[in-house]
Amino acid sequence: MDTVYLIIVLAPLLGAVIAGLFGRQVGRVGAHSVTIFGVAVSFVLSVVVFYAHVFGGTPVYNETVYTWMVSDGLHFEIGFLVDNLTAMMMLVVTFVSLMVHIYTIGYMADDPGYQRFFSYISLFTFSMLMLVMANNFLQLFFGWEAVGLVSYLLIGFWYKRPTAIYANMKAFIVNRVGDFGFLIGIATLVFYAGSLNYTEVFGEAEAMRDATITLWPGGTFGLLDVALIFLFIGAMGKSAQVPLHVWLPDSMEGPTPISALIHAATMVTAGIFMVARMSPLYEFSVVALSFILVIGAITAFFMGLIGLVQNDIKRVVAYSTLSQLGYMTVALGASAYAAAVFHLMTHAFFKALLFLAAGSVIVAMHHLQDMRAMGGLRRYMPITYATALIGSLALIGFPFFSGFFSKDAIIEAVGYSETPGAGFAYWLVLLGVFVTALYTFRMFFMVFHGKERYDQAHQYMPDHGDDHHDDHHDDHGPAKPKESPWVVTVPLILLAIPSVVAGYFIGPMLFGDFFADSLFVLEEQDVLGMKGETYTGVLAFVLDGLMLPAFWLAIAGLGTAWYLYMKRPDLPGVIAERLRLGVRILEEKYGFDTFNDRVFAAGSRGLGRWLWRYGDAMVIDGLLVNGTARSVGWIAARVRGIQTGFLYHYAFVMIIGLLVLIFAFVI
Amino acid sequence: MITLSHYLVLAALLFSISVAGIFLNRKNVIVLLMCIELMLLAVNINFIAFSFFLQDLAGQVFVFFILTVAAAEAAIGLAILVLLFRNRSTINVQDLDAMKG
Amino acid sequence: MTFELILFYIFGAILLGAALAMISVRNPVHAALFLVLAFFTAAAIWLLLEAEFLAIVLVLVYVGAVMVLFLFVVMMLDINIARLREGFAEFLPAGLVVAAAMATVLTLVITRFITMEVPERAAADYSNTAELGAILYTEYVYPFEIAAVILLVAIIAAISLTMRRRPDTKYVDPATQVKVRREGRVRLVSMESVSRDVQKNKSRPSKSRNDESAQDKNK
Repeated sequence: MDTVYLIIVLAPLLGAVIAGLFGRQVGRVGAHSVTIFGVAVSFVLSVVVFYAHVFGGTPVYNETVYTWMVSDGLHFEIGFLVDNLTAMMMLVVTFVSLMVHIYTIGYMADDPGYQRFFSYISLFTFSMLMLVMANNFLQLFFGWEAVGLVSYLLIGFWYKRPTAIYANMKAFIVNRVGDFGFLIGIATLVFYAGSLNYTEVFGEAEAMRDATITLWPGGTFGLLDVALIFLFIGAMGKSAQVPLHVWLPDSMEGPTPISALIHAATMVTAGIFMVARMSPLYEFSVVALSFILVIGAITAFFMGLIGLVQNDIKRVVAYSTLSQLGYMTVALGASAYAAAVFHLMTHAFFKALLFLAAGSVIVAMHHLQDMRAMGGLRRYMPITYATALIGSLALIGFPFFSGFFSKDAIIEAVGYSETPGAGFAYWLVLLGVFVTALYTFRMFFMVFHGKERYDQAHQYMPDHGDDHHDDHHDDHGPAKPKESPWVVTVPLILLAIPSVVAGYFIGPMLFGDFFADSLFVLEEQDVLGMKGETYTGVLAFVLDGLMLPAFWLAIAGLGTAWYLYMKRPDLPGVIAERLRLGVRILEEKYGFDTFNDRVFAAGSRGLGRWLWRYGDAMVIDGLLVNGTARSVGWIAARVRGIQTGFLYHYAFVMIIGLLVLIFAFVI
Repeated sequence: MITLSHYLVLAALLFSISVAGIFLNRKNVIVLLMCIELMLLAVNINFIAFSFFLQDLAGQVFVFFILTVAAAEAAIGLAILVLLFRNRSTINVQDLDAMKG
Repeated sequence: MTFELILFYIFGAILLGAALAMISVRNPVHAALFLVLAFFTAAAIWLLLEAEFLAIVLVLVYVGAVMVLFLFVVMMLDINIARLREGFAEFLPAGLVVAAAMATVLTLVITRFITMEVPERAAADYSNTAELGAILYTEYVYPFEIAAVILLVAIIAAISLTMRRRPDTKYVDPATQVKVRREGRVRLVSMESVSRDVQKNKSRPSKSRNDESAQDKNK
């Protein structure tokens, strides 16, 4: 199997290299052919691997492929750990990636950076596969940083737009904060366990439970608590949890396929995956779990609220992503790792679907993203409409759609959980369901239903003023939107299928032993097991779900959205007027951006300026460099007087020196 | 009996005299060179005295080499002196201050 | 007081006296001659120490070669003695103090720390030269070679330092003499032969005989 795994990983890399370095030679068709071929190979082989592991009974593969170096007993290796969790992630990553590759042909058709784009997304696929298939922390960190790098490159793909540059800088810097924590976490674990390999570190878990670490005199904490919270800070950066979430909405400056692939379906779930992978460690730290739970709950609810006031279609989806990531995090905190990973999978499908549908709408609207200029598109784009409807229903957790199963499982798991903070989290995620339904169908109704407003598009044009938009200015007039080409719609349809059916795997994945080899849950924290005792089948689960508040909240949200945006479109304005303070807070996104700009960005700029002026210019340049030269000159000017050039002076000095030496030896 | 100390004290006095000579004749390069020869002589006396009292010929071999090197040094030194006089028309050390800092 | 000790004191006194005179006399020529005297007495003292070979070498090489060189240079250069003596009295006290200090310290060291048994005198057939040669050409052969090279270097250095070209001197360069070839001296020229009547008046000496006979015929 080694070869298969290697091919899965390296095929996208090969495609990326060819499209990236030889893009000019292979041309546009060549670039997308080679990358799609690479990803397709990965996908097909991932299916094979998935089948072999899940149905064929292939044992867990955990081998080192290559030893990079050995330093002081610490092995730096590249190796693969493939079990059901990895196989599932590989399947999701390669499938969504393949869909996005195909979709991109249509979406980026007239972009000058066509080859570059394909190279980047293929490179991303490679990095993500490295991340999920890693069997050691080094490779995990490599994949972690590599996806961050590609994300940075892709957010700033239209590098002539100042906003895109701002956004990719922001994403990069915020992720650095998280990665710093991640690195500290890894270092702490490696320091204690003396190994980078997962299996060996997990083997130490029991021992680490009682170990302590002193961070400062008098500040002694549980080693595992500290290490795992730091690791989770890394996950907070990558998976955009409060307060490190600020980069994700801005990342929507990148092309839409990227938002679908990286900032919704795969990369942002890396943190979730990482915590799930580390479940044998997290299980032993209630403190870390509680921390995760609270952070996740806050993200899930409050980020959803911001989605209510956004007008940019992609930003609405972005805030919904944040909120859904919060749900996954809550599940992790409640020890329901399987539920988190399950939601990760379903979310990957329906969120990618929603993003691609949004992209399809954007293309139809000639790269206009403001929802106020849309409406009534149902008639012009039937396929996009249908698939977006499926995606939206899955997102709000409508029965029989995938989101229903995963979200319901999470909410119930939190309800069962006894981790500190679970009660608080339970109410937030429950209310979050209502909010989710509201903003999702607000978007849906504004875009696809209601009055046709595409002829008013001009007043909502963003003032980017860059080349990309200028290209389209001439045909911006009231040209009717039309359905996208097949390369766009086929991925939509293909993604719509798992968005519906993925939920039916709930039985084996959550309550069966699908993840038995991958995830570890302590007996007393096994909330899914508690739920599983009453599980009898998909249909029964759905019927059960109909009795639960979550379902009725979702229906209520849907109904509210329908009432506000279909029945009484004048009402939202009135409500906003009444609740001006609340709306203002939401529009300011709770002031995170302002705070970061004022305190961290301005603070570090000020610090930098201070260091430059006093540290660099004064101390280093003035005192050390020029000061050395000046003092040498000063001393030389004084010493020069001694050098008379007369022979006998030197002779005298020698003789005196000789005398002194003799005296020193004698006495 | 002549003891080792006799020779060593003699050499020490000779050395001191030549040091005094360097002080006194500080302007005359030729006499300076002669004083250096005198110093070397004092050192050689020491070597030979030790060689005799230790019954070890190595000391005499050293003197042999010192004489060789001293001869070479005298030859080159005088050559430089001649060259100096030819160019500057003086051997007064006071006038040789081209190296003054 | 043994005879040897008397000899030592006599020669020591002469040595020190010569040294003192050397550093204090006004004329550099006299100084050089006093140095020669010092070398002679030092050689005598070395004889007392059974270093016969070196004593002879000192006389031959130093007195015979090096000191002659000194005298030669002193006499060759036109030195203004008066200027060179400036400040002699001024530095006399300092020099004496330094010299006295050094002598005191050295004597102190010698008398306090170093004492050795006086060895037996060597037998009458003992040859210092042979012994010295034996170790010089075996144990110290490499330093000996190096000493030879040093002397060679000194010779070359002294020559190259003092050498100068005089444009007005006339001399024969042996190298160019040796390098002479026939081509440099003789040039053979081939010429067309010319009819006699035109050339009559310009005939060459080598052909004079024919010319004369021709003239005879004309007569």
